[in-house]
Amino acid sequence: MAKYLSKLSKSTRSNLYTVTAILAAYIIFTVLIATGNMSNLLQGLLIQIFYYAILAISLNLTVGILGELSLGHAGFMCIGAFTSAFFSKCTVDIITITWIRFTIALIIGAISAAIFGAFIGFVVLRLRGDYLAIVTLAFGEIIKNVINVLYIGIDQSGFKFSVKDSVSLNLGEGGQAIMNGPQGIFGTPNDTNLTICVFLLILFYIIISNLVNSRSGRAIMAIRDNRIAAESIGINITKFKLLAFTISAAMAGVAGTLFSHNITILDSKKFGYNQSIMILVFVVLGGIGNIRGSIIAAAILTLLPEYLRFLENYRMLIYAVVLIIIMIINWNPTCIAWRKKYSIRNLLSAINKKKEA
Amino acid sequence: MKKSLAKVLSLILALALTFALFTACGKKDEDAKEKGSKGTQSQDSGDKADKDGSGKSAGKFLIGGVGPLTGPAAVYGTHVEKGASIAVKEINAAGGINGYQIEFNFEDDEHDPEKAVNAYNTLKDWGMQISLGAVTSNPCKAVAAETAKDNMFMLTPSGSATDCIAYDNGFQVCFSDPNQGTASADYINEKNLAKKVAVIYDSSIVYSSGIYQKFAERAKDCNFEIVAAEAFTSDSNTDFSVQLQKAKDSGAELVFLPIYYNEATLILTQADALGYDPIFFGCDGLDGILAVENFDTSLAEDVLLLTPFAADAEDEATKKFVSDFKTAYGEIPNQFAADAYDAMYILKAAIEKAGVTPDMSISDICEALKVAMTQISVDGLTSAGMTWKATGEVNKSPLAVAIKNGAYVSVQ
Repeated sequence: MAKYLSKLSKSTRSNLYTVTAILAAYIIFTVLIATGNMSNLLQGLLIQIFYYAILAISLNLTVGILGELSLGHAGFMCIGAFTSAFFSKCTVDIITITWIRFTIALIIGAISAAIFGAFIGFVVLRLRGDYLAIVTLAFGEIIKNVINVLYIGIDQSGFKFSVKDSVSLNLGEGGQAIMNGPQGIFGTPNDTNLTICVFLLILFYIIISNLVNSRSGRAIMAIRDNRIAAESIGINITKFKLLAFTISAAMAGVAGTLFSHNITILDSKKFGYNQSIMILVFVVLGGIGNIRGSIIAAAILTLLPEYLRFLENYRMLIYAVVLIIIMIINWNPTCIAWRKKYSIRNLLSAINKKKEA
Repeated sequence: MKKSLAKVLSLILALALTFALFTACGKKDEDAKEKGSKGTQSQDSGDKADKDGSGKSAGKFLIGGVGPLTGPAAVYGTHVEKGASIAVKEINAAGGINGYQIEFNFEDDEHDPEKAVNAYNTLKDWGMQISLGAVTSNPCKAVAAETAKDNMFMLTPSGSATDCIAYDNGFQVCFSDPNQGTASADYINEKNLAKKVAVIYDSSIVYSSGIYQKFAERAKDCNFEIVAAEAFTSDSNTDFSVQLQKAKDSGAELVFLPIYYNEATLILTQADALGYDPIFFGCDGLDGILAVENFDTSLAEDVLLLTPFAADAEDEATKKFVSDFKTAYGEIPNQFAADAYDAMYILKAAIEKAGVTPDMSISDICEALKVAMTQISVDGLTSAGMTWKATGEVNKSPLAVAIKNGAYVSVQ
């Protein structure tokens, strides 16, 4: 086994470990749930961990691989969440087979977010650095606020739109307001389950790591490392930037779909600036460019505030302090040096050396 | 070779650790129960010995609530928690419900539906049997869906949207938003207060837009006309001169304000600066306007509001509640606290009517209480003779209150 593993390339081996770990975790969770050994809180949190992990790896593609700071990632999640929830809410009585409906919803979420990603990317990727960050931030807020004033209803005569209020939809007999401005969408079927989340996380992990090691991925990273040099050897900067940005948006759209089908009420308040920053924190904590790290960070930071509940009123205060401490331990050079000195690998090799001597 | 061995080893170690972590969580059920009860408001100290003996909280009703204790909506959550705690103390001191004590636990949801579901799950791990739902509307909708899945009885003190009681296990203590809108339109209609009405509302919050929608629908059949409907959002809630100018230009004699009091104070101040003096009419969100610091209360003179609770009402129950609340927490309770206080007594009445005991299953309790709720009539702080329909909607009469000489006076 070890011999076979050592034959594989380094990146394939690393991917294999991650996928195995996710699968193993999934099996453990399923066994625990089936035997009734898992708390209700954790059962609810598991799905959240997985869609936040998908969000984190998708943003890592933009921030870590493409090297552009995007502060509007929650906006893409918002697009995916609302379009797919809208679809599911409309077709819940028409398509009764859950997995077909949910698969279509996932595709709709991904495509609509990708379209917006491509559109926004086309406009803003001409900018760089801080400017790009500010414009993406603005786009994220625009998406949130537009959805906040959008009213869509359905009656016999078809769909009706309004940006004023639901009264001006003038719905006929038996009409129903599906998107109700700030009240959002209520009653999305709960189609998200752990299996589909795990499947999508692994799928996206493989897509991103393959992309990174592909020709396109090399081009994207070349742009990140030195734009002028990349341009001089004939890499089409706009094309590759747009490619990475769109894939990232599509994945965020899928995460949004999982989100909206996990909770009954969907309102646009959730997708503000804070949410975008939260996703960025996952990425920074897990390591910019480190896909596996993003997954771990998303898991820890989703669990942490819930397991700090026993602190009552001091919960969010302690959460912030813990966050700062984790950041320092993870990224302070002194801490990194200390960690390297006392890592398991070093200890093992020290033991081995002793044996040899 | 060695390197890969080390990697495999570290992977196994990591897996083992994860496994240990999650199995520990599985055991948490009982741990959580004990931990949770430490943070609860149950006041009897003999309680500890009892728990060590039985290991379980048998013989107690475990009631849980969810609401914002942090963030911008924190004032509502904290008041609900405090109001409910006062009722729990009183009920426990008076011998509990049918001889069973109550334990009450309240968790923070940061005014976010996702967090509200997490908080609800935490309470379930604690052993909650009856849910107080969530305090604010959208989180309450999310929690309502979860309680429906578990068939747990839910009585929300203040989740006023209709979707909060979309499932048959959910009941409300407060008026639903549509009810407030319709009741306001009817009141203006009946009392012939005005012919031309302007509305200024917050389109970004559920409460305000919900009331406005129903108000506008009802107004079509009324003897007045909505001449201006001006919206603002929580991002633009400081300058209302445009909205007021429009209302003034359209000749509105009455301005309907289905909003919260902090914005209303600005509107009243700015209307005064414009020299515009219509009748201002609001809903329960305006309750508390007189307590705003640096607000010239003379501006609120003659403001009308439909509210179920006024802290300076003269009846015995309200006086006692307000003074208890002041001694315990040093502040004046608002309508949310009163709703939560009533919720506990409503639960008491329903439990007594249905004769449920804490050892029944969550689902059985729910079925029994659902029936009992439609049969009881409760006199509370927020209304006398509250009754419920099977849909979960409360039937109580809104109280019209006017502000005269800096105090709330009820108008008939």
